[in-house]
Amino acid sequence: MQLDRAALLDAYRRMRTIRAFELKLAELVAAGKMGGFMHLYAGEEAVAVGVCQQLRETDFVASTHRGHGHCIAKGVDVGAMMAELFGRATGCCKGKGGSMHIADVDKGMLGANGIVGAGIPLATGAALSAKLKRTGGVAVAFFGDGATNQGAFHESLNMASNWKLPAVYVVENNGWGEFTPTEFVIPVKDIAVRAGSYAMASAIADGMDFFDVYEKAGEAIARARRGEGPTLLECKTYRFMGHFVGDPLKYRAKEEAERWIQTRDPLDAFERRTTEAGLASSADLREIDGQVDAVLAAAVRAAEAAPLPDLAEVTRDVYVGGAA
Amino acid sequence: MTRTLGFGQAVNEALRIAMETDPDVILLGEDVAGGGARSGEDVDEMGGVLGTTRGLVKAFPDRVLDTPISEMGLLGTAVGAAATGLRPVAELMFIDFLGTCLDPLLNQAAKLRYMFGGKARVPLTVRTVTGAGMQAAAQHSQSLYWITAGIPGLKTVIPATPHDAKGLLLAAIRDDDPVIFCEPKSLLFSTGEVPEGDYEVPIGKARLAREGTDVSLIGMGATVRMCEQAADQLAQEGISAEVLDLRSLAPLDEEAILATLAKTGRLVVVDEATPRCGIASDVAALCVDRGFDFLNAPVKRVTAPHAPVPFSKTLEEAYMPSAAKIVAAVRQQR
Repeated sequence: MQLDRAALLDAYRRMRTIRAFELKLAELVAAGKMGGFMHLYAGEEAVAVGVCQQLRETDFVASTHRGHGHCIAKGVDVGAMMAELFGRATGCCKGKGGSMHIADVDKGMLGANGIVGAGIPLATGAALSAKLKRTGGVAVAFFGDGATNQGAFHESLNMASNWKLPAVYVVENNGWGEFTPTEFVIPVKDIAVRAGSYAMASAIADGMDFFDVYEKAGEAIARARRGEGPTLLECKTYRFMGHFVGDPLKYRAKEEAERWIQTRDPLDAFERRTTEAGLASSADLREIDGQVDAVLAAAVRAAEAAPLPDLAEVTRDVYVGGAA
Repeated sequence: MTRTLGFGQAVNEALRIAMETDPDVILLGEDVAGGGARSGEDVDEMGGVLGTTRGLVKAFPDRVLDTPISEMGLLGTAVGAAATGLRPVAELMFIDFLGTCLDPLLNQAAKLRYMFGGKARVPLTVRTVTGAGMQAAAQHSQSLYWITAGIPGLKTVIPATPHDAKGLLLAAIRDDDPVIFCEPKSLLFSTGEVPEGDYEVPIGKARLAREGTDVSLIGMGATVRMCEQAADQLAQEGISAEVLDLRSLAPLDEEAILATLAKTGRLVVVDEATPRCGIASDVAALCVDRGFDFLNAPVKRVTAPHAPVPFSKTLEEAYMPSAAKIVAAVRQQR
């Protein structure tokens, strides 16, 4: 699928929204306005957006503890997300989920997840639903390099390949599993090779390059839609910030992070590529920057003014029919 | 000599002493070293997600093992190592992750000795963080010790003070049965008096945290402090509350519970966990079963509701037990 100008600008808007959203959250937490366990996606924007630009609203994605980017890329409303993170009644999960469980099933977003690897079988199940109900839908699991050491990863890939499910497994290999370098805990250099055990197609994309992710995700998603089975897509990327907000980052060499941030920023790469090709001008992008910042400022204002949840919510939604 | 230490520091000190005194003690878990501590670069290790094991990899480089994020593999490996001569301390980062790795505890560690006719020993300790209070939401805030406490073959302990954290952990590591050692999240940065040197707090013994005559408040982990706060408030109303800290959930110190009930005739049990099939219900059942003649009022349970832990601070506060809820329960008994 060729990207037209509107789609390109939309991709930039989403990546820029993710970046600004995450930086805003870091600021709000530091100011004591927001709490909870929070993991930021800055640096990995090209992966979520590159993949989700190839999806339909009715397709499903399952996410990770680092899930804000997947939400924004899949079209979840940033106002409802911001309200959720403030723990407000107007949040997309009524203030009951928070950062690690942020979700909007109506947008095909099956949730961030507090359990490493747990989204992988959920996406596999969404792919099974799509196949058996013949919806033509595709399900994407986003997960980190660390999650590929979970049984849930291997068990899911085996089933999905065996059943030729319309699934795409996107591993965001950012070089760090929490505080441990990936090479300390994974003996293979390319996680994509793990697909081999399951006779599954695989590909490796530069996760800092929107266009590379977009192209390779497009091939995988098209293969899934044609009924030709799942793909393991490894995106090599980098976590610009700590594992969680408040992470002192003493375990990671500063030069390593600075090198990635200075030379491999996916937003800079996108801008270089599009402006050099004459597809967009810097002025176009700065205009979007301004719009994004205004949207986020309004989201923060609205969330701060929004009501807190009713205390009766504590025991609501435990069961479909109400309280047990 | 005692000095003031944080709860996490007390745990760290116990681990260090256990490793110094027994070369078979190893630590394994996700990020228990963490970071580039082995890389030779000028970086520091994380020492666990909450920093509890910081410094240990430098002291015992071969015996502190970072595992992949593979709870099933790491706990199963720890069980196998325990059965064959090591004395592992495995870290399950949050007890919520029990969902990914129950089998090594439920069907292996707990049952090997029994199934093998007494020929196996599993001297395993599993350190894990429990409880709510940090807005960590539904999958990082649970108090699931009622699951492990209900499995024959496992022991489960939950200290309420840095003193007991150190002593109970040393006892747990040296115990020849598998012990689940719970570290309540809301206490990890609390401080208290901790003796220097090597000492153990016996598993299976409750601690009388405060003497009283009118009502017994039974707590565990983070709820002990809530019971003490409630006791302060009740004292102002002229009600003398005794506070018993269970410390050990399995085995349960039934005699200590019955002794305080015999003394006061009224009992409120306070648990951070959900109410069904839990420790609070066990204590209430014990009072009815073996302490019926002592009861001058119904036993009251103050627990979380039968619901997951909500994210929003407002909802989380409403969800958790509190001194105010304990005082209200005591008033209901009168």
